[in-house]
Amino acid sequence: MKTYKWLVVSLIMMLAVSLAATGCGKKETSDTIKVGVNYELSGEVAAYGTTAKDAILLAFDEINAAGGVLGKKIEAVVLDNKSDAAEALNVATKLITQEKVVAHLGPATTGATLNVVPVCTEYKVPLITNSATNPDVTVDPQTKETREYVFRTCFIDPPQAVVAAEFAVNQLGKKKMAVYYDNTNDYSKGLYQVFKEQVIALGGEIVAEEGYVKEDQEFRPTLTKFKQSGAELIYIPGYYEKVAKIISQARELGIDVPFLGADGWDSPDLVEVAGPEALNNTFFTNHYSPQDPSEKVQNFVKAYKERYGSIPASFSATAYDAAYLLADAIKRAGSTDTVAITKALAETKDFDGITGKFSFDEQHNPVKEVSIIEMVNGEQTLKTKITPKQ
Amino acid sequence: METFIAQLLNGLSLGSIYALIALGYTMVYGIIQLINFAHGEVLMIGAFAGFYAITKLKLNFFLALIFAMVVSALLGIIIELAAYRPLRNSPRLAALITAIGVSLFLQNGGLVVFGADYVSFPQAVNKVTYKLLGGSVTVTSHQILILIVTIVMMLVLQYIVLKTKTGKAMRAVSFDKDAALLMGINVDSVISITFAIGSALAAVAGVLLGMYYQTIYPLMGTMPGLKAFVAAVLGGIGIIPGAMAGGFLLGIIETFVSGYWSTTYRDVVVFGLLIVILIVKPAGLLGKDTREKV
Repeated sequence: MKTYKWLVVSLIMMLAVSLAATGCGKKETSDTIKVGVNYELSGEVAAYGTTAKDAILLAFDEINAAGGVLGKKIEAVVLDNKSDAAEALNVATKLITQEKVVAHLGPATTGATLNVVPVCTEYKVPLITNSATNPDVTVDPQTKETREYVFRTCFIDPPQAVVAAEFAVNQLGKKKMAVYYDNTNDYSKGLYQVFKEQVIALGGEIVAEEGYVKEDQEFRPTLTKFKQSGAELIYIPGYYEKVAKIISQARELGIDVPFLGADGWDSPDLVEVAGPEALNNTFFTNHYSPQDPSEKVQNFVKAYKERYGSIPASFSATAYDAAYLLADAIKRAGSTDTVAITKALAETKDFDGITGKFSFDEQHNPVKEVSIIEMVNGEQTLKTKITPKQ
Repeated sequence: METFIAQLLNGLSLGSIYALIALGYTMVYGIIQLINFAHGEVLMIGAFAGFYAITKLKLNFFLALIFAMVVSALLGIIIELAAYRPLRNSPRLAALITAIGVSLFLQNGGLVVFGADYVSFPQAVNKVTYKLLGGSVTVTSHQILILIVTIVMMLVLQYIVLKTKTGKAMRAVSFDKDAALLMGINVDSVISITFAIGSALAAVAGVLLGMYYQTIYPLMGTMPGLKAFVAAVLGGIGIIPGAMAGGFLLGIIETFVSGYWSTTYRDVVVFGLLIVILIVKPAGLLGKDTREKV
């Protein structure tokens, strides 16, 4: 009993000390602007978080080398949320209440971002995520109201399918489509629905549609059915591992029509499993292409490669844009007041980023071009860029 | 018609693999009346052994297959020794639950050792596509290889079971363990041999699955294992030709359901079939009704 009492007392003491620490926090230094970087640097999705953090640090160094913002340098406060949604909230609270950051970048995933949103809203600190694609991140699903302090630099899912349908019908000239989607995944089902509506609106026809489930390995029976249906193009809005197997099995069955997909295809494993030859005549929609000849993109790819030794992935590009977008908003706001920065972010118009020129719509989603990537002998090449119609 | 032939070929390749796995279930059940739920995981270990033999030891496909068979056979013997033998005289439920435990142990052990990611299986045999009937039906060298390997394995197994002394001992133990013991048969070693053979067949199935589907991962054995269990029950569990027939039949049924109906209904049909068989003809298609001796 005595030990128990002692435990309670010591807990209360600890709590008091930590509250006091929060209260007197560090004083804001006048020569730097603090930005919180809350990413998944270890754990399950560390690959996403690390590549985003790397791109953000690169962007801030470039901005600081060019003289900083409002005559001050940007200081990134990087903390790891361990790919854990609850930890993401702890990290955000620490960044906002103790480090007094003016803006919050990250996290990478939808779940973690949703957990951080309330604290950012409460302290009126703007949040920019570079890869949370779920619509609920910026719009409250209950009230349908846009979350005032939340922005993102990646597009949400539907525009990808809109662009895919337009590309298939208008540019490839195909009319009869088959869709093979992941029946256990909302991302895949969402894309499938939008693609179907758009294809029909553009005068095309869905001649076959079928779902696969997570454990599936054997796609030949369904593909044989697709072959029989006379489909001129097959749309697979899925993740690379299944996509690679489906395409490989389809080519084996002598199905030589083009395949079309979405950003879930973007992985080196796609080529590793399916082989470069099977992937010829396949396309997918993505956030950007490292092969984009534009000077801005090439400079970014070069700088990133020099510093980290690899070609930046899509979500490095959207993170890099998030960092520049924030710097731009602070400049436009003319102050480091968090509400003023938020207002400037919402008013973003024709921001010229790596992933295209964009403005925010009223739901804080960027309206921008979607890149169509073609696989040529195992290499991703930029086929075209299309702006989705609203 | 072409579609029908194409689907039949797809079904035969898948069915061969199911048949190979079902044989292991049925042999073990035949001899100790235990459903070895860890069988799918033995398959997974076999697939990984084949993978290491090809990538690290630079063996060719057939040597890698033999290497995988040896590794799995040893694993089968160890599982029987460590997990099932101490429980041989316990209630059958205890052994069944242990089997599920071994299965989970191997799955999660696999996740720790090999990682959760998919590993792409090297294409040790060149994939050549042959076009039949003017290109509307295609067969790959992999499908032909699967069929040939399966048939060879089945012939070897039939030879062992029917023509050798070991096979005779296996049949004797499966018929009446106590009588076999009285006749001077070493029951323990016969059971070990049965596990070894069944596990080696699972390894073959594992390597073929890896080659056919290009990737392997620690949970790869679960679904094929369950399906093969259905195949074994369908043909009549404990009966070797039943497992073969059940395997092929199940592969073809699955393919036809996906091909002519919908993939979503495939597993509904397969497991529905298991329920129907258990209700209507529990001894399986090739099984004879035997009354439980009391």
